[in-house]
Amino acid sequence: MSFLNDPIGIIGNWLTNLMTGWGLAPGFAQVITMTIGAFVLAMSGLMLVVFTIVMERKLYGRIQDRFGPNRIGPWGLLQTIPDMIKIFTKEYITPAGADKVPYNLAPILSVGGALMVWAVLPFASNIFGTDINVGVLYIVAVGAIGALGIILAGWASNNKYALVGAIRAVSQVVSFEVPMVLALLVPVILARAMGVNSIVDAQSESVWYFLLSPVAALIFFISSQAEVGRAPFDLLEAESEIVSGFQVEYSGLKFGWFFVGEFLHAFTISALMATLFFGGWSGPWVKAFPLLGVFYLLIKSFAVYLIVILMRIALPRLRIDQMLNFNWKFLVPLGLVTVMMTAVIEKAMPLLNVSDTWAPFLRVGAHLLVNLIIIWVVAVILRKTFARREPPVVGQPRPVAVPPPAPAPVESPAAEMP
Amino acid sequence: MQTDWLYIGLFLVVAVIFAGAPLIIAGLLSPRKPNPIKSSTYECGIETVGETWVQFKAQYYIFALTFLIFDVEIVFLFPWAVAFDQLTLFGVLSGVLFVFILFAELLAAWRKGVLEWV
Repeated sequence: MSFLNDPIGIIGNWLTNLMTGWGLAPGFAQVITMTIGAFVLAMSGLMLVVFTIVMERKLYGRIQDRFGPNRIGPWGLLQTIPDMIKIFTKEYITPAGADKVPYNLAPILSVGGALMVWAVLPFASNIFGTDINVGVLYIVAVGAIGALGIILAGWASNNKYALVGAIRAVSQVVSFEVPMVLALLVPVILARAMGVNSIVDAQSESVWYFLLSPVAALIFFISSQAEVGRAPFDLLEAESEIVSGFQVEYSGLKFGWFFVGEFLHAFTISALMATLFFGGWSGPWVKAFPLLGVFYLLIKSFAVYLIVILMRIALPRLRIDQMLNFNWKFLVPLGLVTVMMTAVIEKAMPLLNVSDTWAPFLRVGAHLLVNLIIIWVVAVILRKTFARREPPVVGQPRPVAVPPPAPAPVESPAAEMP
Repeated sequence: MQTDWLYIGLFLVVAVIFAGAPLIIAGLLSPRKPNPIKSSTYECGIETVGETWVQFKAQYYIFALTFLIFDVEIVFLFPWAVAFDQLTLFGVLSGVLFVFILFAELLAAWRKGVLEWV
């Protein structure tokens, strides 16, 4: 029973003791144990991508009235493995005149950046890589490495389409980080802690932060989608405009690696959304059986990931000016207002001297009310802004090409002459 | 504390290995037969004209610069958010004032036309 309560800790201790018994220094043994843990964590992250790719392709197929992959393994679940074997044997083409070092570094950064976030992701109250006390800041810092990979890839390819993709990434992917950081500030204020595990702990004691601040959750969801660069925000690899954007010149596994990075990042973002706003590993009976937390987190992450996939399938691509307007004139002001209101309410609550039984209810109610007011005001402003447009005329006869009226007969100048 | 950051460092190494090793293995497994036509720049079949690394529209750069201002200033708010319970009401309100100044910056940039895509 005790093994089920803390499997990672027990295995770790056993490994460390085993290696100390072989005569290694205790510190060195601990480092080796941690390296093994990091290997297992990174491996499980990449293994999960194998299944998220199948999930995405199946859903894509179903919505486009196809079956999707259904030949290999039960329900086509193992389709990714032959794909992987195939892509491993494909030739790398390095374009003439490419900048070699950044060209080869870009796919590594793209996958490594998404993988680094997994180091702080808590899967259960005692199953996590590490719990640094600046977790959220670390996530922001590491999450931006993927964008760096995209910019490097486009710049180094010696191709104009790739360069356009990279320059779009400079303004787009990077701009959407501002509302994302603002939205991440809200759970930090609510939990008074930056460690990811502490935020989940605080949620398991009160309520999910989605209930306290739905606006911040939505801002985080949308802006993180844009940061991953998936449809509807896939301007940097817009197939119909700039061929394939930053990855035109990539082939073989280097090309596939960008896809792995994108899928991994998208799933990581869903897991982060589940962790920061939907309670992470918290759920019923999780105090008695911490292993249940893994199950709860996976269910929540896959539920969010489902919405991510549906968004990708259903929505058309935005134009760059629409996208930047949406970011700077809508999401950033909204995020600033949400942060201000959250801070004021959190500080004003203790000043009201409410009894301890009613204080949590008042807190949830006040936050929810203010969020609903913000949503309502935004809706009113949006309606006023877009109501200025002329409504399309319906029911009028369609414009038809009418033959121009016959020109008036011109008297020949010769007739006027005397 | 040090163990946590040691783990982050180890994870960095492991992540680079996991991201880099398959690329090297695939490079060993795959054929390697470059020729000048295959490795020429692919721009939909049309031969590329002139230099690739050309001068670019300044608008992209202005957005990146605006991002830099905002991101740096918002990161200052994280310590304020963590120390929320230790702060007095005045401390919290000065943080809110800081957010107001950010808002004013955004409005100023908006008025100046920095946020318009032309």
